[in-house]
Amino acid sequence: MDIPYTSTARPDTGIYNAKVGIWLFLASEVMLFGALFSSYILLRVGALPGDWVHGLLNIPIGTFNTAVLITSSVTVVLGWASLQAGNFGRYKVYQAVTILCALGFLGIKSFEYREKFSHYEVWLKNPVTVKHGHKEVKTDRILGHIEYQGHHPYFWRTKTLADKKVEAFKIEVDPYHYSLTPKELAHARAESKGHKHEVLEIKSSDVKRLSAFTPSHGPYFAIYFTLTALHALHVLGGALVIFYIWGPGAKMWKTDPQRYMNRVEVSGLFWHFVDLVWIFLFPVLYLL
Amino acid sequence: MSAHSPEDISKHVRIYIIVFLALLVGTVVTVGLNYLHFDSKAVTIGIALFVAVIKATLVACYFMHLISEKKMIYVILGFTVFFFAALLVLTLSSYGDLPELTTTR
Amino acid sequence: MQSTTHAAPHVGHDEAHHHEPGFLQKYIFSTDHKVIGIQYGLTALAFLLFGFFLMLCMRWQIAHPGKAVPLVGPLFETLLKTTSGNSAAPGGVMNGELYNVFGAMHGTIMVFLAIVPLAFGAFGNYVVPLMIGAPDMAFPRVNMASYQFYVIGGIVMFASFFIPGGAAQSGWTSYSPLATTVDTHGQAFWLVGMVFLITSSLLGAVNFIATIIQLRAPGMTWMRLPFFVWAQFVTGFLLLLAFPPLEAAGVMQLMDNVFGTSFFLPTGLAVGGRIADASGGGSPLLWQHLFWFLGHPEVYVLILPAMGVVAEIIACNTRKKLWGYKSLVYSVLGIGFLSFIVWAHHMYLTGMGTKISAFFQTTTMIISIPSVIILTCLFISLWGGSIRFNTPMLFALAFLPMFGIGGLTGLPLGFAAADLHLHDTYYVIAHFHYVVAPGTIFALFAGIYFWFPKMTGRMMSEFWGKVHFIGSFIFMNVVFQPMFIQGMAGMIRRMADGGAGYSTALNPTATGGLSKGMMDLHSVILVGAVGLAISQIPFIINLFYSIKNGRKIENDNPWQATTLDWQTPTPPPHGNFAHEPHAHRDPYDYSLPGAATDFTPQNQADHATKH
Repeated sequence: MDIPYTSTARPDTGIYNAKVGIWLFLASEVMLFGALFSSYILLRVGALPGDWVHGLLNIPIGTFNTAVLITSSVTVVLGWASLQAGNFGRYKVYQAVTILCALGFLGIKSFEYREKFSHYEVWLKNPVTVKHGHKEVKTDRILGHIEYQGHHPYFWRTKTLADKKVEAFKIEVDPYHYSLTPKELAHARAESKGHKHEVLEIKSSDVKRLSAFTPSHGPYFAIYFTLTALHALHVLGGALVIFYIWGPGAKMWKTDPQRYMNRVEVSGLFWHFVDLVWIFLFPVLYLL
Repeated sequence: MSAHSPEDISKHVRIYIIVFLALLVGTVVTVGLNYLHFDSKAVTIGIALFVAVIKATLVACYFMHLISEKKMIYVILGFTVFFFAALLVLTLSSYGDLPELTTTR
Repeated sequence: MQSTTHAAPHVGHDEAHHHEPGFLQKYIFSTDHKVIGIQYGLTALAFLLFGFFLMLCMRWQIAHPGKAVPLVGPLFETLLKTTSGNSAAPGGVMNGELYNVFGAMHGTIMVFLAIVPLAFGAFGNYVVPLMIGAPDMAFPRVNMASYQFYVIGGIVMFASFFIPGGAAQSGWTSYSPLATTVDTHGQAFWLVGMVFLITSSLLGAVNFIATIIQLRAPGMTWMRLPFFVWAQFVTGFLLLLAFPPLEAAGVMQLMDNVFGTSFFLPTGLAVGGRIADASGGGSPLLWQHLFWFLGHPEVYVLILPAMGVVAEIIACNTRKKLWGYKSLVYSVLGIGFLSFIVWAHHMYLTGMGTKISAFFQTTTMIISIPSVIILTCLFISLWGGSIRFNTPMLFALAFLPMFGIGGLTGLPLGFAAADLHLHDTYYVIAHFHYVVAPGTIFALFAGIYFWFPKMTGRMMSEFWGKVHFIGSFIFMNVVFQPMFIQGMAGMIRRMADGGAGYSTALNPTATGGLSKGMMDLHSVILVGAVGLAISQIPFIINLFYSIKNGRKIENDNPWQATTLDWQTPTPPPHGNFAHEPHAHRDPYDYSLPGAATDFTPQNQADHATKH
């Protein structure tokens, strides 16, 4: 006996097997990302005032990435519609765009990650005076890019200063800090547009803590990297499956076209879910 | 899904394009509104999530064909949404319901 | 194309029939649900034995603190190391950390590597497609993948014993910050292993649910499904929706352990007297919520398949319908639903307020109702039956009072006020072991004796089966009954010295110390544990010996059962049914008035009988 309802729908449920399977799997994914979103909310609500990072992600790049993913989402469903209309060539083109968008999304994400790994926060033992916009403030926490022996290092932490025997380093200070309100932050950014960042010389003995914007910086970046990395893994996985069906697996269009269309539909459903998750990730992590 | 007529398919394609454009507009709106810097945190969060939910609904209903899906799928998703809500609400409440807040000493 | 050198008849257009698969394809990389079921079964039984062995070592060490573990002590001394390279069992005596390793891994292995793969992976895989009249699971290759992920997870867990510092040692519950601040890699191995095991369960759950929805044979309506299938269906949903939050939590704890994040580490955490080198800002409670969100549905994953097995065996061996089929079905659905909203009854002592504690206490009390309904239906099903006291039936009958004790002793734990005293004591250990050990494991033993003839065409020895039963039944109670008393006397869980540090012998003037009587019970329990171990020997021999030497069965339905799994050839061939079966009746049409025999198979059409 063959397994029934792999291509055609079962009469009483009206669905074919793989569709039931993918929706069940997506339900479990809702719980997975739901748990992570719940953790985000709990960590944020429980954070001490002035400790929750915001405003440090590049919004224009994030917006562009969102558009890239939305585009891939429409090409995937247009590809399936092309198959429904019997147009295999058009399907191939649409899916190629989908895969390219996926790779683009991942590339942009990697660039964003790299940018964060060379961006630092320094907690000082004694406060210094820096400019937030035009205003002068006295603070013991500064953000900026480190310059040491002619280059900009990655992944430094407090321990690194002792390990690498750094006596002092320069830091191009950002004219703002995330403990400002969103309005103040936007103000400070606008006021300091076009001006060069001030450079401070910091002695290692003055440093209480040093951290790049890595997961270990604090709860915001911990959840940011975990959520976006898990999402990126899903983007990669989905792209690989779509690629397989598009390339090596395309033989099935000749031998069992209905089953092939089902595969395209099912992988498309997964892809839309990945887009759905990003629709929530983007405002929550970048904007709020 | 069984084969559709060409008119059906082109109707669907038109819907997909409209949803695509709506999603792009929604994205621009979210980012634009963000620059308005409302004083109330609740309003900021509310607006951002509201737009996100609209976009998500469009993707789910039209790209994922949920609007014409079978009852079985709705049942599965219904339970999932309920349990996710339970996880979020109950965990948040347990953080908020601390003995210091309820003792009458 | 294909050679036609063999005369086997074609069955459908399945390409797999066109050439004889090799050994690897047939037994190692098979996509046949029956082979996968047996693979799960044998692997799970091996882990069950290993988990049992861990417990024996622990019970010995508790009853004889400071004395070397017999036989295996020298092995521990040479093989198991601390992070500094010294032995974790100097002189053959387990040190405190090694005891904790054994404790954490006993729980992990029993729950995730033994019981769930046996109850769900083995029995579910083998029996469900047969019972619903399907040729296989809906996604056979996903099925094979789910077994392979399970094996990988098992290997990672097993290997972690042999790294410096040993395996995870923070309880199977892995609470942060302890799980993150212990200075070994064992926890990281545990987390990676768990990711594989969770993936395996998720793939399995998708398969089971899709199969039951889509591949029921014609006439097999929802209310004609054997209760076993309903139980596995609900279990599938529990795994599907409850595991992902633990996977999320596991990823976050792995980030804490490996990448220095502070998801679960609070601000100002001090370890070993020094402020920890972490950002802080995290919440230990978050781990507990996410863990128990899975943890509670998980215990229903452990019990529901067992209830399903017991129901089938009782119906068959009383020669009458199950009493209250509809109540059973609605109750199991109710248990599934409610199990998602009771989890914080494991967290009454975390400082939650009264309102939220009251909520969880209420839902916990409510969930006991469907459990009692199921047990009651099974009890009433015995009334007026022609009971056949074969080995599967003995285990199934014993399940009823044993699960009853386990369930009833859960009630004081569900009340927040009583739990203040009983939380984290031996009372809890006794409660949950009663449910899982003489509860679930007895049901699974029953299932092995019951379905063995379908898998092999031979019966296991009835005599040795009864020996296995009597020994296991007596010694299970010897092991776990005293723990209720110890728990009520205040003996706390997870103490490597068995509570000697809190005994009246050491602190004669302190109030609430553990009396000599309570401490002496450890020796009683050890005797029980050893007796229990010896009682399993006839089972292990019986199981393997009977595969080739058991009494051959005369026909395909030696128990004269009604369900579709018994209406197949023995063992069922690839594809299970030569022609698509048709379900014409309810699943338990035993002793129908006017019928020729005292059972009417589910695929038998109406003829002379009034129905």
